[in-house]
Amino acid sequence: MDKKKKKNYPLFKARMYIQACWTLITNSYASGFINGTIYQGNVKSICVPGLNCYSCPGAWGACPMGSLQNAFAGRVSGFPFYVVGTLITIGALCGRIVCGFLCPFGWIQDLFFKIPPKKKVRRLPGEKYLRKLRYVVLVVMCIILPLFAKGDIGVGSPWFCKWICPSGTMIGGLPLIALNENLRSVLGWLFTWKMFVLVVILVGSVLMFRPFCRYLCPLGAIYGLMNPVSLVRIKVSKSRCTSCGACQRACGLDIPVYKEPNSDDCIRCGKCITVCPHSALKMDASLRGRRKRRSAAREEA
Amino acid sequence: MRKRSIYTLVLLAVGLAFIVIGAVKGEANAVLQKAIMICMECIGLG
Ligand code: SF4
Ligand code: SF4
Ligand code: SF4
Repeated sequence: MDKKKKKNYPLFKARMYIQACWTLITNSYASGFINGTIYQGNVKSICVPGLNCYSCPGAWGACPMGSLQNAFAGRVSGFPFYVVGTLITIGALCGRIVCGFLCPFGWIQDLFFKIPPKKKVRRLPGEKYLRKLRYVVLVVMCIILPLFAKGDIGVGSPWFCKWICPSGTMIGGLPLIALNENLRSVLGWLFTWKMFVLVVILVGSVLMFRPFCRYLCPLGAIYGLMNPVSLVRIKVSKSRCTSCGACQRACGLDIPVYKEPNSDDCIRCGKCITVCPHSALKMDASLRGRRKRRSAAREEA
Repeated sequence: MRKRSIYTLVLLAVGLAFIVIGAVKGEANAVLQKAIMICMECIGLG
């Protein structure tokens, strides 16, 4: 096992801690939790990378998906450069590493996945097609409907936030409603619906790895599209890989990573890298070409 | 440098340029204005 690969391991082994720390740090506005309000300072003009509701009482930043829908819904005139630019920059740098390490709702699903039973569902019938649903959610609920279904005053709504987003219900809705009596007094059927969606997703997360991320999340869809071209990618050493499939068996998303190291489904959790018995996989952030790397290796030797 | 790395750099440049254009257009403020109000849709009230 070479040194470079070994260096990668502590990062993956500490993934849960990194997720926890990131979630706590980016949602640590204590006054919001004490008073049942949200942070209103200038830092909130910056989008965080993950699906982190800006209506969480502790949130310091803005949710990129909510911001994107609101831009299309008419809050921004013309093309929403700022939010799209943020998504492209984050995606080009690290792709779905955000999903593996920096998303509160990804972490919540991982915690629920730890609950027994130990035997989990690996795939659903029609899995291949179900995984494309997140692109439908992205295009229809986050772009087309906010853009074209406008109300009387010419402003649309964030359809994904309103009808689906479990992150909004869990880290925004539940704490605010628990802490704020005014909000509690106006609860209605929409809240019941959103709670139903949340419960289905959380129960699903006990039975299967990351059901929301694999089937529904539009933010994961955007970052997944950039997995093949992001700066940080998984590389497979053809000389070491024996196609034993240990990586695929260890992968919660059942990805044949030795064949498709940059699949749009991969959340970059690194599990496959840590289990490969031949050290054939590694996470790499190099921009150098293969030829240059080989000559560098020769020079080192 | 491989073709793929060039795509990465182009994407990064486009992303950063978009952020600057958006900020100059005042879009960061539009994000802020939405983010500092409790979002009724997000929490399931409206
Ligand atoms: S409801 Fe979901 S998509 Fe909307 S702002 Fe909150 S976290 Fe983001
Ligand atoms: S797919 Fe969505 S919810 Fe899942 S980790 Fe990625 S951004 Fe978060
Ligand atoms: S392919 Fe590897 S890094 Fe990607 S989700 Fe599966 S185990 Fe995690």
